[in-house]
Amino acid sequence: MSIDKEESVKKLFTAESAKVDTNKGDAYYDELYASCQKRIEELRELEPLNNRMDFMESVEEQGLERRDFLKWASATTAMLMLPASFTPLVAEAAVLMNRVPVIWVELSDCAGNSEALLRSDGPQIDEIVLDIISLEFHETLQAASGHQAEKQMDEAMEHFKGKYLLFVEGAVPLGLNGQYGTIGAKGETFVDHLHRAAKGAAAVVAVGSCATFGGIPAAAPNPTDAVGVMDVIKGKPIINIPACPANPSNMVGVILHFVLTGTIPELDSLLRPKFAFGYRIHDNCERRAHFDAGEYVEEWGDEGAKNNFCLYKVGCKGPMTFNNCSIIRYNEGVNWPIGVGRGCIGCSEPDFWDKYAYERPMANANIKAPTGGVEKTVDEFGLGLLTAAGIGIGIHAAASAIAGKKEDEGEA
Amino acid sequence: MPEMNEQAEAQVTGGGTETTETAAAVHGADGNFHKTDANGNKHIIVDPITRIEGHLRIEAVIDSNNRIIDAFSSSTMFRGIETIVKGRDPRDVGLMTMRICGVCTGTHYQRSIEAVEDAFDITIPKNARLVRNLIQGALYAHDHLVHFYHLHALDFVDIVSSTKADPEATAKEAQKWADVAGHKPSISGVAEFKAVQDRIIKFVKEGRLGIFGNGYWGNKSYQLTPEQNLIGVAHYLKALDIQRDMAKMQAILGGKNPHPQSLVVGGVTCVQDIQNPARLALFKQLLVDTNDFVKGAYLPDIYMAGTAYAKEATDADQSFHATNHKGTLGKGVGGAGGGILSYMTYGDFRLDDTGFYSAETFFKRGVVLDGDISKVIELDEAKITEDVTHSWFEGTGAPEHPYDGTTIPKYTGLEKKDDGYAYLKTDEKYSWIKSPLYDGRKVEVGPLARIVVGYVAGDERTKKYAGNFLKRSGLPLTVLFSTVGRTAARAIETEMICDAMVEWIDELAKNAASGDLSTWTDFDFDTVAADSKGRGMAEAPRGALGHWIRIKEGKVENFQAIVPSTWNAGPRGPNGEIGAYEGSLIGTIVANPEEPLEIIRTIHSFDPCIACAVHVVDTKGKELAVYKVDPTCAF
Ligand code: SF4
Ligand code: SF4
Repeated sequence: MSIDKEESVKKLFTAESAKVDTNKGDAYYDELYASCQKRIEELRELEPLNNRMDFMESVEEQGLERRDFLKWASATTAMLMLPASFTPLVAEAAVLMNRVPVIWVELSDCAGNSEALLRSDGPQIDEIVLDIISLEFHETLQAASGHQAEKQMDEAMEHFKGKYLLFVEGAVPLGLNGQYGTIGAKGETFVDHLHRAAKGAAAVVAVGSCATFGGIPAAAPNPTDAVGVMDVIKGKPIINIPACPANPSNMVGVILHFVLTGTIPELDSLLRPKFAFGYRIHDNCERRAHFDAGEYVEEWGDEGAKNNFCLYKVGCKGPMTFNNCSIIRYNEGVNWPIGVGRGCIGCSEPDFWDKYAYERPMANANIKAPTGGVEKTVDEFGLGLLTAAGIGIGIHAAASAIAGKKEDEGEA
Repeated sequence: MPEMNEQAEAQVTGGGTETTETAAAVHGADGNFHKTDANGNKHIIVDPITRIEGHLRIEAVIDSNNRIIDAFSSSTMFRGIETIVKGRDPRDVGLMTMRICGVCTGTHYQRSIEAVEDAFDITIPKNARLVRNLIQGALYAHDHLVHFYHLHALDFVDIVSSTKADPEATAKEAQKWADVAGHKPSISGVAEFKAVQDRIIKFVKEGRLGIFGNGYWGNKSYQLTPEQNLIGVAHYLKALDIQRDMAKMQAILGGKNPHPQSLVVGGVTCVQDIQNPARLALFKQLLVDTNDFVKGAYLPDIYMAGTAYAKEATDADQSFHATNHKGTLGKGVGGAGGGILSYMTYGDFRLDDTGFYSAETFFKRGVVLDGDISKVIELDEAKITEDVTHSWFEGTGAPEHPYDGTTIPKYTGLEKKDDGYAYLKTDEKYSWIKSPLYDGRKVEVGPLARIVVGYVAGDERTKKYAGNFLKRSGLPLTVLFSTVGRTAARAIETEMICDAMVEWIDELAKNAASGDLSTWTDFDFDTVAADSKGRGMAEAPRGALGHWIRIKEGKVENFQAIVPSTWNAGPRGPNGEIGAYEGSLIGTIVANPEEPLEIIRTIHSFDPCIACAVHVVDTKGKELAVYKVDPTCAF
């Protein structure tokens, strides 16, 4: 590899972010602020769709101080990549979240995203938000079964026509005429179920890697011909929140953004909100200094592992993966995969099971997925760049490993 | 059907709230049952069964006395994960099979990794064993708690009724059951109960209840008093908080939950967290808080519900064996929901470092057949087979050991009626789940099986905890053979595990402090992965879980899993053998056939995880999951 190539790879991995411009200028924000303010005013006029309890009352009931609530609001404002001046509006939007009905359907899923929703991390407040958002239908949580459950869903779709957010968890199996998954007494296929639910939705939010890009069911050889929601639903705003499972903070973020602006957040070419997927894991990784210094974990449990070295050589795909795990982490921020010494498996990227989820670095992986998988919706530019980066970085890693070794010896 | 109308009416007047009226309004033409057969028996379909993991349908046949005389369980979804892992690096399989289920999550991960370690003949270091036990232990406790409160409690607890409770009497009631459990109550203040009640009253007044909407509120089979219902609701809400802490325990050592990431073939990766005493102290603190809730809310609630529902639980008339002509037992053993009374466990949680299948285990391994609690039969792995007579797969005719099984999909669909409803073709194939057998018999797996096997095997720990439960509740041993018993067994083992984890976390801290930071056993991949096979057989929260793997030239040649819900939810066997779900429903009397409350209560007592239970398939009809092992193999 020539020097300038190596330099360009290096540049790529030291760039702050490939995609997001965080500051759009005063004029932009002034206008956004005004429109958000108007939207909130309008929402306040509306009766809560189902008379949910007053938000602040419930915050206080939970023994939370207003101050804590505002702290949460300012953290969330930052997460949504809005200037701090938006904090009061975000707080207000949280109060009004009970005006947005949510219907949640499960297709070829493992319920992991539902479980993640229950885990809603970060400040306690998230849970209260979830406790009082207007969750109208959710198979894993709701009381009614069978006929009564179907009725509940039908009623909600009718009552909130054009207003509800449809959350979809799980891939859509298209093989065998869709019969790999059926639901309800009439044996409706998942794909028909999805079409029916999406029809009256204001927007469709695909949560988790299965609903966004097909995920595990779509991994090679994709036995059930599973696809993501965006391959099936057309003519509706779609927001993808990938990861396996999706981070609950990002789910709450999308709802809040919708309440705040009445629109869906700015999306990348894979329909992922930029506020969450605008950075690579690698950009904000806590082990990044070790990457740059060429200090690597060479095998599990070695001295490098004990010293929190970079996990690239044991398969970390943080450099190829756009997500905000490295900033918000999981389970109230207590840990995350790189924190626990494993490395990122690229779970928020399309086809990651076939491309990234192995414990060797990209460049010298010796196992390929059996058939390579179907490439459908990948942002071509991004893919080319990342693939090149993958090979480049292998060399870069090897080069810096030599440097790293020297330092190891120095330390020992 | 005058009887039913009466009940529907009683419901309206009894419930007296807007919601129950809405629910009652649907009764009649378009309820849960849709066809009446030649003998005048009603067929009801419950689909979707909610508050479970996965997609499940139950069809039940109900006679004129509202007794369930037959029942069929069917899974309506699958994804083919076993096919997907074929041809991949065995070290990556765990991450993929973990996605079988987002609820059991780390369990599948661990089983696959153990199957590979068994194949490679690797014994993991002590730290790794303890870390895995702790992640898995926290997972059991978390899973059981979330199951009881968020997936099961509403089958016992009538939210609407709680609005009529007297908060003062509620606090006294809570104290009473906490006293039975021998712990201080998790919630004791009158004001706290009042606040919860106010919140619920607001909820109910609005008419739309969100996820609580269209429930079975006011149904006659609800047995708790308003005060007891209020306790249940208050704990439901508090458990939402507690479960996040329990998930946090898993994240401390696993990176995140659901779907942790710190296990690798050979050990674990979280050496940083092990060598940091503050991390382990945080784990322990969360464990102590959890334990407080388990002993001060979960167990008291089980005593409370167990007592309130003891009548059905010991009503031998409603037991499977009272109805089932093939049963080898007479009347008198078990009550409503007891089911087939045959149990199997693989054992779980290694307690020493002597190796995978030689170590002493916390849960014992064995089989108890036909409610015969005089002996535990030693488990013989060769006697495990799977049959596909009633599953949407082609078979060779005879049940096959998973190692030798072939799986060829053969979907024959549902029977669509003119009115649009679709029924299972129960005489033919009717589920995506296979029908596993032990020695040609259907067995139940899960917490009840673990308690029964442990108890009969004379395990001191099990005897102590189960004995304590029976003594304190004043309930007979036979109460365990019922829907409520299954739910109680889950609580009993939660306490057992939480107490044991205190020992394990101390052991880990001590070991790390002594300077042992080894977390991974080295192996030469190219050598061991040339040609090998192994199995990871242990327990998941829902019961016996086995992964079988065969590796050739560094790649997965074949992979097969038999998961707990396959055992429990599988359809009929080759000779009409009835499985645990179906058997547990037969005999039960439903108060109101329009509202399948008794059905979902019993099905929920198994904690279904249906996504797990479904096998591999291929759209193109190719032969898949051919799992052949040479006959000289020890199994
Ligand atoms: S651990 Fe991964 S994300 Fe972090 S610096 Fe290394 S390669 Fe980048
Ligand atoms: S760090 Fe990578 S693998 Fe882990 S959750 Fe985030 S995107 Fe997925």
